[in-house]
Amino acid sequence: MFLIPCPFCGPRDQSEFSYGGEAHIARPTEPEALSDEDWANFVFMRSNPKGVFAERWHHTAGCGKWFNVLRNTATDEVLASYKTGEPPPAVAGFQLATPSGEPPIGSGNDGTKVVP
Amino acid sequence: MSMQTFRRKYPTGVNGASPVTFRFNGRQYGGFAGDTLASALLANGVHMIARSFKYHRPRGILGSGSDDPAALVQVGADPARTVPNARATELEIYDGLEAFSQNCWPSLAIDVGSVNDAFGRFLPAGFYYKTFMGPPGNWMMFEGLIRRAAGLGKSPTAPDPDHYEHVNRHCDVLVIGAGPAGLTAARIAAASGARVILAEETPELGGRLLSIEPSSRTMDGQSIAEWLQDTEADLTRSPEITVLKRTCAFGYYGENWVALVESLQDHVPEHARRADLPRHRVWRVRTAQVVLATGAIERPLVFHGNDRPGIMLAGAVRTYLHRYGVLAGRTAVVFTNNDEAWTTAFDLHAAGAEVAAIVDTRDEPGPNVTAKAKSLGIEAFTSATIVETKGRRRLSHMSVMSLDENKQLTGGPRWLYADLLAVSGGWSPNVALFSQSRGRLQFDDTLQAFRPERSWQAERSAGAADGVFDFAACFASGLQAGAEAAQAAGFATDTPQAPACSVDPIDGESGIEPAWDLPSAKPPARTRAFVDLQNDVTSKDLQLAVREGYVSVEHAKRYTTLGMGTDQGKTSSLNGFGVLAGALGKPIADVGVTTFRPPFKPVPFGAVAGQHVGDHFHPRRTTPMHTWHEDQGATFEVVGDWLRARAYPRAGESFEDAVQRECIAARTQTAALDASTLGKIDIRGRDARTFLNRVYTNAWMKLAPGRCRYGLMLNEDGMVFDDGVTACISDDHFHLTTTTGGAAGVLSWMEDYLQTEWPDLDVFMTSVTEQWAVASICGPESWRVVGALLDDIDPNPDAFPFMSHRTGHIAGVPVRVFRISFTGELSYEINVPARYGLWLWQQIMDKGEPHGITPYGTEGMHLLRAETGFIIVGQDTDGTVTPYDLGMDWIVKSSADFIGRRSLTRSDTSRADRRHFVGVLTDDPAIVIAEGSQVIATAEEQDPRTPMIGHITSSYFSPTFERSIALGLIDAGRNRVGERVYIAQRDGEPIPARVTQPNFMQHFGRAT
Repeated sequence: MFLIPCPFCGPRDQSEFSYGGEAHIARPTEPEALSDEDWANFVFMRSNPKGVFAERWHHTAGCGKWFNVLRNTATDEVLASYKTGEPPPAVAGFQLATPSGEPPIGSGNDGTKVVP
Repeated sequence: MSMQTFRRKYPTGVNGASPVTFRFNGRQYGGFAGDTLASALLANGVHMIARSFKYHRPRGILGSGSDDPAALVQVGADPARTVPNARATELEIYDGLEAFSQNCWPSLAIDVGSVNDAFGRFLPAGFYYKTFMGPPGNWMMFEGLIRRAAGLGKSPTAPDPDHYEHVNRHCDVLVIGAGPAGLTAARIAAASGARVILAEETPELGGRLLSIEPSSRTMDGQSIAEWLQDTEADLTRSPEITVLKRTCAFGYYGENWVALVESLQDHVPEHARRADLPRHRVWRVRTAQVVLATGAIERPLVFHGNDRPGIMLAGAVRTYLHRYGVLAGRTAVVFTNNDEAWTTAFDLHAAGAEVAAIVDTRDEPGPNVTAKAKSLGIEAFTSATIVETKGRRRLSHMSVMSLDENKQLTGGPRWLYADLLAVSGGWSPNVALFSQSRGRLQFDDTLQAFRPERSWQAERSAGAADGVFDFAACFASGLQAGAEAAQAAGFATDTPQAPACSVDPIDGESGIEPAWDLPSAKPPARTRAFVDLQNDVTSKDLQLAVREGYVSVEHAKRYTTLGMGTDQGKTSSLNGFGVLAGALGKPIADVGVTTFRPPFKPVPFGAVAGQHVGDHFHPRRTTPMHTWHEDQGATFEVVGDWLRARAYPRAGESFEDAVQRECIAARTQTAALDASTLGKIDIRGRDARTFLNRVYTNAWMKLAPGRCRYGLMLNEDGMVFDDGVTACISDDHFHLTTTTGGAAGVLSWMEDYLQTEWPDLDVFMTSVTEQWAVASICGPESWRVVGALLDDIDPNPDAFPFMSHRTGHIAGVPVRVFRISFTGELSYEINVPARYGLWLWQQIMDKGEPHGITPYGTEGMHLLRAETGFIIVGQDTDGTVTPYDLGMDWIVKSSADFIGRRSLTRSDTSRADRRHFVGVLTDDPAIVIAEGSQVIATAEEQDPRTPMIGHITSSYFSPTFERSIALGLIDAGRNRVGERVYIAQRDGEPIPARVTQPNFMQHFGRAT
């Protein structure tokens, strides 16, 4: 249960928000001009990186605004939040893994939670 | 009543002035206020508490707190309040407490299940896996036997009469554990003005200070008891501190969100429990900083016969002696691999017990302890191990053998007679919460245990939890952690001043040498060296797991069930890792640890549920007319969060008959439905019309004020996701309705497009679902009722055309009336401000009475709309259905883009053989098909199986056509109209039926 800094309300508990998937996927302005494949890419295909991910959140039980968050999916660390339409801010000074040290791919359940 | 013959004196924790009587296994015993069940039973000389999970071996008291693995009891016999698997070492006694041994039948002493012990070699590691994976039938054969034989306590069988609560709390510094480090941390943090919560698992502050000889130390010139009293008084004086006793931090989640469970009543005699207090309270704490002062957990040693009652942890023996004034035995042996445990021998000696010997696996124990043992005349065996223990339900004697330089047995055995064996394999910092917070551990050779290495969250460990055992260093560590935490939370602290603590030369000495799996004098087949006393996992089981290929600790744990009991391996995990490391020939650090997960200890289900039970489990929304429906004896159904009247059966009338009667009234006279639950969204702004044109599949640019239109919404994938009627109030103002269950989702979805895709549009949306109460009046006579109601609207269908709306008044109350219909019958939907809803409903019933008005519920509404072939989104559609599949081509505009439009021409969505929405009529008009039934093309069974060509989505007995009707989705169904299909039955012959178009009014020539 992490905290999400709503750009309009400030930090609030995750339970006040609902998730909206990957950010910065603009709806094509001329859908009819697209091939089936290009349209399907827009409708169905999303990236799922381990690391920094720009995603949408909706402050459902708050101001009702949609906005974007940069979250490190490996650690659940929320690195930044910004309003819809703004470019993602540059973030630095975070680790791509928790100190418990997962491997680059996978859950890390079998990895080292211990300093070797 | 038996005498407390092992009670020595009444120190701080136990109040000798307040005697308590309780019953264990039906027998009455005496103890004192402050005793746990374990300390009181030990005072009465009772060591055997339970039988083990798998082998039903006698189990005694090993520890003195939440770490104890196997001294589990059932509390009380009341079917509603009985508590299974209570730890005797934590359970506080009170007058009238009744506790029972678990997992034994017919009694603790004579237990039939203990034959499992004799057949132990047939229950090896991975027994469950092997029977599951073995020849078919093995599991079936063993299951009943295993379920009866294995297990712990019995869960309550009656509803829980107690109440529980959850509370949320924010603070600056949360200190977990009130031992020497936690107390000093909390004190300095509280003095800084920070909001502090101090959570202590036991009923007393003091931690390890309560487990040492009370006169052995002074702090700032005070005795331990005085210092603790002053510290507690000091803490309670701080305005910003909350001190929680009997409160266990059981889960450490993201961003310093920590869950605590407080026990408020379980220690109070039943007659004195307060109805105004919850039984347990869960504190959901979000804190800026955490200090983990969770102490350390002592490990037993792994040797043959190490599980007999009377074999206890050395530290626990000291706790029982000093905190509870109980001697755990008359004659003791101490068996260890470190110096610290020797103090148990010295303290027992000082308390008047006989110490038969100290057995140490090391060549050279520390000079301080060896000198003191010598001065007290206590015999010490070095380079030695215990190889066997005897005694049926309680330890009576044991044999000792020497170890050579390779730690193998040498020489002959020597027998020692003692009723108490205090064991210690060293102390492990309690890193469970630290590890839950995702900090990294490090194996510390000087401790032979894991300790915190690097934090991930805003947290720091202090005292024994950080591997600091010397008392003076513990105080300093707590002060530093408390000061740093307060400063990190933005508060200035005083200069840390640790209490001046008198020194004992043995303090902090350990000199521990690893001794994970001690050699046995028995052949391997007959050796029983237990690692996990609750789940009966032996070192042999772990070695077998390694031989069978389970080299990862996570796999070996699950294969052998090591540490998987209610104690979560508090005393056993590290010993298990040590045994595995030995079998794998690797250092423990390379073997690693299994994942620490919440909860740290069992949390009662009642506490987890909190106040969210019964009526509070889920919010229920009711309409303004709800009381009227209740008074009429309506049956209700839950739709979304709403309670809706489903039908109004009269006295002696069945639900089905009521629905038929209500529908006949709607078709022949007039009937009224409470439609207040419909989702309603008020849409305003210059671009409202443009917006609607993009979210609905049909055209909205020309809808005139005063008119209504039905619309479908699709997702971008082209699938129908909601529908409803929207009215144009004025060019920049619309009243949009959604399905009852879809209201919140539709608003959120429209906000998404408005805010993120089309922020240039000038549109504002407000949910007005609860602002309007709605009554739908339908039937050929309905216009007469509406006419009688309304002051200023001519309801005549010619003057008030279909799909239009009017604003008017009923007795001066402003209303909006919509001429729309979901039943195919003449209908009027009257919207009033919600507070007039019940009044409106009563007006309708009064004015409608001469016209035979009948209230009808949602089941009747479903039936009536099915007769006209209207869809219900979510019943006839399931997220895979396009408007074309529904045969609703007329609602798809070609003039402009809308959400989901492009998907309608994708190769898959434009297939000709997609499933179509059609009507289905059984040959036998009396048969009503079960909804969800599968439709097949032939009655004959096919090989390999009969293909399913569709399914039934709605099915009713229609009073209008006096026969059954059904709607469904069938492959290329529109091309099959008139064709024969069959409805598959689980038991019985397929039902023959024919495909029709979905509008039965038209099909049967009743179209209006």
